[in-house]
Amino acid sequence: MGGYAAYVWPAYAVFFVVLAADFFAPALRRRRNLRELRARLARQSARQQRSASS
Amino acid sequence: MSDWIPLWLHKLGSPPVFYRFAGALRPWMLALALLLGAVALYGGLVLAPADYQQGDAYRIIFIHVPSAWMSLFIYGVMAVASFIALVWRIKLAEVVAMESAPVGACFTFITLVTGSLWGKPMWGTWWTWDARLTSELVLLFLYLGVIGLYHAFEDRRQGARAAAFLAIVGIINVPIVHFSVNWWNTLHQGSTVRILGPSKMSGDMLWPLLTMMAATKFYYLASLFGRIRADLLAMESGKDWVRQIAAREEAR
Amino acid sequence: MNPTRKRRLTIVVSVLAAAAVAIGLTVFALQQNMNYLFTPSQVQSGEASAYKTFRLGGMVKAGSIQRASDSLKVTFTVIDAGGAMPVEYTGILPDLFRDNQSVIATGHMDNARFIATEVLAKHDETYMPKELKDAMAKAHEGKKVDGAAAQDNKPGAPQP
Repeated sequence: MGGYAAYVWPAYAVFFVVLAADFFAPALRRRRNLRELRARLARQSARQQRSASS
Repeated sequence: MSDWIPLWLHKLGSPPVFYRFAGALRPWMLALALLLGAVALYGGLVLAPADYQQGDAYRIIFIHVPSAWMSLFIYGVMAVASFIALVWRIKLAEVVAMESAPVGACFTFITLVTGSLWGKPMWGTWWTWDARLTSELVLLFLYLGVIGLYHAFEDRRQGARAAAFLAIVGIINVPIVHFSVNWWNTLHQGSTVRILGPSKMSGDMLWPLLTMMAATKFYYLASLFGRIRADLLAMESGKDWVRQIAAREEAR
Repeated sequence: MNPTRKRRLTIVVSVLAAAAVAIGLTVFALQQNMNYLFTPSQVQSGEASAYKTFRLGGMVKAGSIQRASDSLKVTFTVIDAGGAMPVEYTGILPDLFRDNQSVIATGHMDNARFIATEVLAKHDETYMPKELKDAMAKAHEGKKVDGAAAQDNKPGAPQP
């Protein structure tokens, strides 16, 4: 890199790291939301069963 | 809603349909982005010759300029979607606007950091308060303001409306960023790539740059679709179609 | 204060702070821009006399760079179309600093000399390989018009 490697490669590293973080963030959010939704649904159906049996 | 909107577009606006549509397109967008990005990197880092003045340091341009371009382009998309969301109250437009903001903020951040890494060896400084650099920094604050305002409200739709308003007001900064190098005497040089007239770059350097610009466009679509899908699931979590997805993912 | 309201308040305050910072920076930059740079001929006609420190912009005169052998001190001459200004600077220069390069120096006047505290190099928006540049220079050799000066984008031009 003609003496400029210390500037060029960090620039490329920032580019890829930031975009990778941006790309994977919604996937994590999606999985968390679905997990919470399943937990909520499980609680709901448990409550319904309880009230039905009593 | 008015009847001049074609039926298919109307249908596309419904969350479950758009969820599937975005899910089907996203891998293709990502594949195109990666393919074009790889070609551009090979062209820019291996094939393109060193610059007569700046040697190899100019190679930062292959990420700096596409990122800068995307930072303005995404702001434009966000402002237009915000406008549609405020006027016609279309839920999907709100989602597009609010989920564009983080992607745009990322590109703005990249632009500032790579520009700094380029400025140090060439200009002799990491930062200077010239019109181009300052207006790009203001752009980053605008993005952060939109994101912050959106999350400041308990009610998502209320937050989206407030943030959409800020996004529309902030559009004034976009032409300022773009034309700052013409309007004021800045340390930053003028535009290399011209839409009208010939670009000021030799062809073997120009095509990797243009390819990278296309790659970042596709990346934006891929990222946006992923974000919209996540957002739609959260917004519609009481609906049947989301429950079905939740149940299906558990089975896997 | 309940936690939700507290959270909302901190977020709104931080948004307001960000907006204030943004506006402040814009005003700051515009004010700085008023005296972003003066050219040597403007300085010599006394236009910069109201400022203690200012930016001097122009082109490094070919062959005027003299480096001290025992320190980082450098003297050179900055020229524009109608003037020349000797500049003295001690420190590390950017890689692009060379003959016929556009530079922007920050500093103050000391008699007829400009004592710079910072020297920045400005480059133009043209990119090409060295071979192409050489070929173009060869084609131009017949005319021999001040080479790089003619095609640089004159950052030292008077401000509108």
